Amino acid sequence: MADAAINIPTGTFRPGTSDAEIEAAAAKAAAHRRHTVTFWQLAILIGFLGLWELAGRMAWIDPFFYAMPSTIAGRLYEWITEGTSEGPLWYHLYVTMEEAVLGFVTGSVAGIIIGVALGRNRMAADIFSIYIKVINSIPRVVLAPIFIMILGLGLGSKVALAFVMVFFVVFHNAFQGVREADRAMIANARILGASDWQLTRSVIVPSAMSWIFASLHVSFGFAIIGAIVGEFVGSRYGIGLLINIAKGSFDAAGMYAAIVIVMVVALVAEYLMTLVEDRLAKWRPQPLHETQ
Amino acid sequence: MAADKTAPAIELINVSRRFLSPTGKSLTALRDFTMTVERGEFVAVVGPTGCGKSTTLNLVTGLASPSAGEVRVMGAPVKGIDPRIGFVFQTDALFPWRTVIENVMAGPLFRGKPKAQAQASARDWLARVGLARFEQHYPHQLSGGMRKRVALAQTFINGPEILLMDEPFSALDVQTRVLMHEELLRLWSDAKASVVFVTHDLEEAIALADKVYVLTAGPATVKSVYTIDLPRPRVVADIRYEQSFIDYSRTIWADLKEEVETSYARAAA
Repeated sequence: MADAAINIPTGTFRPGTSDAEIEAAAAKAAAHRRHTVTFWQLAILIGFLGLWELAGRMAWIDPFFYAMPSTIAGRLYEWITEGTSEGPLWYHLYVTMEEAVLGFVTGSVAGIIIGVALGRNRMAADIFSIYIKVINSIPRVVLAPIFIMILGLGLGSKVALAFVMVFFVVFHNAFQGVREADRAMIANARILGASDWQLTRSVIVPSAMSWIFASLHVSFGFAIIGAIVGEFVGSRYGIGLLINIAKGSFDAAGMYAAIVIVMVVALVAEYLMTLVEDRLAKWRPQPLHETQ
Repeated sequence: MAADKTAPAIELINVSRRFLSPTGKSLTALRDFTMTVERGEFVAVVGPTGCGKSTTLNLVTGLASPSAGEVRVMGAPVKGIDPRIGFVFQTDALFPWRTVIENVMAGPLFRGKPKAQAQASARDWLARVGLARFEQHYPHQLSGGMRKRVALAQTFINGPEILLMDEPFSALDVQTRVLMHEELLRLWSDAKASVVFVTHDLEEAIALADKVYVLTAGPATVKSVYTIDLPRPRVVADIRYEQSFIDYSRTIWADLKEEVETSYARAAA
């Protein structure tokens, strides 16, 4: 049994493979990668806008229809500093956001509650699934005229439209998330002593949360679509109204300017949503990075 | 109440259990199954994979009910989930969005204990399984063996009189498994619970149990029962080299082998 005493030569690491060197190299490579990504992102944006501007100025495309980045920027500046022909830009933005946020909140709360309730109750799910399918098959925008007829030109009709846009997406994910909850985890909670309500609240809903969050990401965009489509069809204020008026007066720059505003709002909302999600999902594993 | 005090912890009397397969066919998992677990006794159940071992445990928890026969816990028929029962699962059944201590606190909180009391008790149990430093970690940050320890603490904190274990250590590597065996025997000798330990690993069964039930290939029924007369406390890491252990192992394996072969031949056919 003396074999265990065989001397194993202790190797020295090749240069460049010590812990500090590997970490430094990885940090450097990561920074380099980040810079390259940012560089190309900016380069593509500038290239695209530059080409658009050039094409407009050289009359390769008709600026009357396609506008130019400079005229769009000019229109945005004018709206911000002097207001639009329909009053201050901020008020229109505020109205659209109010509609979208109200529709988003009510739609997602209703979607989560009904999704979880039907997910927990097989019988109810089987009974209602056909109706949900039928209603879901209606393209949401065709409801816009109906809502405006019933609820008028104000806030209500747009919130209703944003609500139906959001509700089904969130409902489907909440329902699916509940159905996918791990069986062993549920059995474990029940044996540990959880009542039905405790089970729903502290096991089913948290485990469905990543599904629900995935749907919330998309559905804020849908809420904005709902609000703007509603405004197209009939309204007194809002970004949709600005686009409609710009269309009526063949003001291409105005239409694109409104689109830029909506884009910025949607991106900010997406960013906030990711922040909230990261905070709530801190229990999830972080991927490890491999060294070469 | 006198009968209640002396009755065996678990009795399965001529139990059969049938269930529907996903294609709508009726299958028999257990047939005329009889088993008695005395108070404080450690019983292991071995059998070929997929023979219906886990079904026996589900019947005792009340998560499933027998198609024929009777299941009694502490002398009374099973009605719903009994609070005196603890269950350790084969798969990871921890709640991944809760920290280690929140996972261990889950049982007492579900059962309506005040938060401070649950927390103190959870701290105590985490210390007993050697995880005091990992209170604020999330399950995904722990190794498989540590997660199993959390699962043990989560179960033992409720003070179960009956402990059901469904291949709890089958996903662990061999070395960790031996450590977990020691851990389990230590916790069990303090808690004085009655244990049913389902496994397909015969050596694990002999090393841990007072009695080993060998089941037939499905539909499962009891083929034979062996009393393991090895002295306690046992050192699981060393016991497997003792002659008496090897003798038990050889005898029971001869018995189990037939069933494993039957089950294998059936799967291949």
